[in-house]
Amino acid sequence: MMKKNRYKFLMGVVLLLATVFLSSCSNMVVLDSKGPIGNEEAFLIKIAFVLMLIVVLPVFVMVIWFSVRYRASNEKATYKPNWAHSTKIEWVIWMVPIAIVAALSYLTWVKTHELDPYKPLDSDVKPIRIEVVSTDWNWLFIYPDYNIAVVNHLVFPVNTPLNFKLTSASVMTSFFIPQLGSQIYVMAGMQTKLHLLADHEGTYLGQNIEYSGNGYETMHFDAVATSQDAFEDWVEKAKQSPDQMSLATFKEFSEPNTNFPVTTYSSVAPKLFNHIMMQFMGWMGGSDHEMKMMNDMDDMHHMHSTQDTMKMHEEHGSMTMPSDSGHVHTKTMEDK
Amino acid sequence: MFGKLTLSDIPYNDPIIMGAVVSASLAGLAIIILITYLKKWSYLWHEWLTSVDHKRIGVMYIILALVMMLRGFADAIMMRGQQAMAAGADHGYLTPHHYDQIFGSHGTIMIIFVAMPFVIGLMNLVIPHQIGARDLAFPVLNSVSFWLTVAGAGLIMISLGVGEFTNAGWFGIAPLFEKTYNPGVGVDYWMWAFQIAGVGSLLSGVNFLVTIVKMRAPGMTFMKMPLFTWTTLTTNVLMILSFPVITGALFLLTLDRYLGMHFFTNDMGGNMMMWNNLFWMWGHPEVYIVILPSFGVFSEVVATFSKKKLFGYVSLVWATAAIMILSFTVWLHHFFTMGNTVNVNIFFGVATMLIAIPTGVKVYDWLFTMYRGRITFTTPMYWVLGFLTIFVIGGMTGVLMAIPPADFVVHNSLFLIAHFHNMLIPGALFGYFAGFAYWFPKVFGFKLDEKWGKRAFWGWAIGFLVAFMPLYVLGFMGMPRRMAHYDTMAWQPWLIAAAVGALIIGLGVLSQGMQIYVSIRDRKKNADLTGDSWGDGRTLEWLSSSPPPVYNFAIIPKVDELDEFWAMKENGTAYQQPAEYHDIHMPKNVMRGPIIGGLVLAFGFAMVWYIWWLAIASIIGVIVTVIVGSSHDDEEYIIPAAEVKRIEDERFAQLAAAMEEKKNN
Amino acid sequence: MNTNVSQNAVHTADAEHHNHAEIRTFGFWIYLMSDLVLFSVLFATFAVIGFNSAGGPTGKDLFDLPYLFVETMFLLVSSVAFGLTMIAMHNGKQKQVIIGLIITALLGLGFIGMEIHEFVNMIHDGAGPDRSGFLSAFFTLVGTHGAHVSFGLIWIFTMIGQIAKSGLTEGISSRMMRLSLFWHFLDIVWIGVFSFVYLMHVV
Repeated sequence: MMKKNRYKFLMGVVLLLATVFLSSCSNMVVLDSKGPIGNEEAFLIKIAFVLMLIVVLPVFVMVIWFSVRYRASNEKATYKPNWAHSTKIEWVIWMVPIAIVAALSYLTWVKTHELDPYKPLDSDVKPIRIEVVSTDWNWLFIYPDYNIAVVNHLVFPVNTPLNFKLTSASVMTSFFIPQLGSQIYVMAGMQTKLHLLADHEGTYLGQNIEYSGNGYETMHFDAVATSQDAFEDWVEKAKQSPDQMSLATFKEFSEPNTNFPVTTYSSVAPKLFNHIMMQFMGWMGGSDHEMKMMNDMDDMHHMHSTQDTMKMHEEHGSMTMPSDSGHVHTKTMEDK
Repeated sequence: MFGKLTLSDIPYNDPIIMGAVVSASLAGLAIIILITYLKKWSYLWHEWLTSVDHKRIGVMYIILALVMMLRGFADAIMMRGQQAMAAGADHGYLTPHHYDQIFGSHGTIMIIFVAMPFVIGLMNLVIPHQIGARDLAFPVLNSVSFWLTVAGAGLIMISLGVGEFTNAGWFGIAPLFEKTYNPGVGVDYWMWAFQIAGVGSLLSGVNFLVTIVKMRAPGMTFMKMPLFTWTTLTTNVLMILSFPVITGALFLLTLDRYLGMHFFTNDMGGNMMMWNNLFWMWGHPEVYIVILPSFGVFSEVVATFSKKKLFGYVSLVWATAAIMILSFTVWLHHFFTMGNTVNVNIFFGVATMLIAIPTGVKVYDWLFTMYRGRITFTTPMYWVLGFLTIFVIGGMTGVLMAIPPADFVVHNSLFLIAHFHNMLIPGALFGYFAGFAYWFPKVFGFKLDEKWGKRAFWGWAIGFLVAFMPLYVLGFMGMPRRMAHYDTMAWQPWLIAAAVGALIIGLGVLSQGMQIYVSIRDRKKNADLTGDSWGDGRTLEWLSSSPPPVYNFAIIPKVDELDEFWAMKENGTAYQQPAEYHDIHMPKNVMRGPIIGGLVLAFGFAMVWYIWWLAIASIIGVIVTVIVGSSHDDEEYIIPAAEVKRIEDERFAQLAAAMEEKKNN
Repeated sequence: MNTNVSQNAVHTADAEHHNHAEIRTFGFWIYLMSDLVLFSVLFATFAVIGFNSAGGPTGKDLFDLPYLFVETMFLLVSSVAFGLTMIAMHNGKQKQVIIGLIITALLGLGFIGMEIHEFVNMIHDGAGPDRSGFLSAFFTLVGTHGAHVSFGLIWIFTMIGQIAKSGLTEGISSRMMRLSLFWHFLDIVWIGVFSFVYLMHVV
């Protein structure tokens, strides 16, 4: 019988979903974040889900109820073949979603500002700077504060803001540690930023989540949050590594290869990050002087608006062009 | 002579590919032998391939869609199989290089060569009937559009056996798809197939828009058009405004790859972010293009099988128009994580949530159509109910991802894959299947088997849930999309479940095949003798016989209200023979459709393999064909009034007999 | 009821027939609007990467305004010529129409000739479309416009042939109407090109 089948089917689905969700909460790292950024983002997911249930649950109820009650063989039910309009119902079905969207929009406004990947985190602890370079198909992490580097392994102390600066030595990738929060696209010839923090010690999965070629699926690494002491020990050990990340080493490392072994480097070629980025910045068409100037800059920060760009270039003595979506790299115009 | 094509470009060493190529070739060969044996080549060429009749072209589009769906589904099964196995030490049965081509071909085939042809096929079959017209505004262009789509599909099928396909996905990834990182032919195959099919779709968009605006029956104002016509109209506006964008974007990529230009390159002034913007400026309207017609189908089906007027017609029209307009304002939500400024992300996030509102309104309007109706649970109605329950889950996850920071943790994960399949399968595909079952009797004169139809539904519905609900979980577990292999063992059980789901969908697909076989076998039993196939038709297409005569309506009806056919039945004016008939002018069949299709296929293949002489020759061929074709002023033939009368008399005789029999039963 | 139906039938049959030309013109307008979207994409692309000269030549280095002026005049005057041609067509003056079309085509060829000359020179001087993002965008936008003009020229020659053979039939007149829309549309796009591409980069 139609109605019984329908009812059984839906119950089956609900139970399946419930079992599934309940039995794997701990594995759903996105919802069980170990950092404040991820926690906020998980909260957004949960609250959006709950608000949307207001719209979705009545649909389930009505599909079942109407199918059962108004089936053709049920002669007892009212039959109004020409009833096709009700102002009251229209009001409700337009207004309730509008209200939900209004609430979510407000939340979006507030939280998108708060969770801007470019926004430094509020903390008393001094941040650690980490420069990230993606290649085909490995990750290089440079610690400019310590002049060390490591490949395919990331170590940092808990409760410490991590200020990432990212560029690619090849195609577009996306840097993501699901249990800590936001991902961000990483592109050549440009630098972008990300701010994360882990408030629990542990080893978390880190990966590339933007397909980048045949070795893409191998681009995962351990992101290890340790105590401050353990971190300092690790830095000490790194400084004793026989390997050095010179320009030549980097060139070799960035040749297409997968599963480059986890290696630490006790020193890094000066301004290596800038150097990698500069290789792709020919579009800027600056003079040699301008290129050198940029290479030397400590912080080629990401421009957010025309005003920032103009200001920055005024400080450095060259003209700028407004950028398209208001973001990205510095641009210079030929000053002819 | 052959550009850079050599025999070694045929993948002899890959048994899986060779297996697919051989079986596809054998199937093709079997069909060719069958047609030859039945001596039907002339019939096929004159009655179908060169046809400009929207009814025939519609059928051919849907056949194309169903055939390509088999290949797209095969891709899906292969991917699910690989991911169920390839955990840790096990690397599955596909190399990453092979797997990476499959996800690109799966997406490209499903969107461009299943969804689009299905949509355009349904529009072709139904629109002239619903608006009381004899054909589309530009019948020859209709044929050309179809054959361009076939040419694109042909290119993708050839890529299986000659060369390779793109690994940069169905929507392309900059700068991965540039020559520097992808020197092979894979990206070129994808680019040309997409471009060629895109031109076909754009031309269809123009065709349908002009038809609906200019050729409605007298009395049918815009607010008396059936909902399927409304959704088709808005869909075609989207097609006209969005397809030139993808034409432009693919053209720029072509210039990058062939002439070394710098639109999307990593350096020398290229801007890879521009690709994302341009592509999705088309890409987002595209997903509404594939789903709005389904919404139209749901409107028709739910009203017919609730034996009730569609609830909130005006609301539904405005909601459709709102969706049409808003679909141009949301494209950036496809790349919230690209480092955009906060306010930019917020704007697009809010716009994305806004578009959920009219969609939600539509769902409730359909539910209230059922309220106080008399519902019969036919196969089309099953698809509607499946849609209503399952689609809203996807809508929910969509709104969730519209919040940029929430998206930051699920973008490009399997959560995203689950979301958009949740939209496309219950939303778009169930709509196509509903439309297919609903209008099949009108087109062919007999209904589809209900039993197998319902089995197909259950296979798809349950299969979908088992295949995709685990993907939501996997997204929350942090699993990225497009993984040929993974080392996080905790993901594997979910992927195995998903593979089981894919197999259950496979049972649904098999049931569909059985359904067609059984229906053809039982066609006399399920014959539609009145033209009102379901007995409860409300709109004009049910007025004519099943199948309709070539001219659709002997006399173009005059329309007084919405659901005109229903009103005619109530007034007793539905089946009245006029006193006299007139000559009817119909467009002649033309050869240039298939000829242009063939030449464009040759052009695409030539461009992929750098066979320059062939490329130039085929383009010149196309131009010459177009010029020669446009010089013909003699493109019509006349059906004399006497012949019309003969056909109509026969129809009314059959109608009278069928009604007698119904009365007696 | 029956008589109503047949009267409507006669009316609609005629209406269907007369509407052919109008339907085709409407359809052509819609296609033209889609073409406008295509050009918009190229203009937008130029806006985004138009200043990415990658250390190579810029617009200021390359664009020659007097040359551009002459080139523009060729195209604008050809539009005037086409306008006069259409007047002659409405007056049924077949010979004048053919002469008008020839003049339009010659002026159009002048435009294309100057554009090709400009492109060839730029490529010779190392400022080809593969030099930088700016140049890619420039060549593509201007070149696409030029390709459209070239297709228009082919169409003009085709019309000359058809008119010479069959005279000013209804079918040919309606095709001329659409060709004239196309030609004037290209003129308008060119105004966008010389303002947004040339003038803005030189001034």
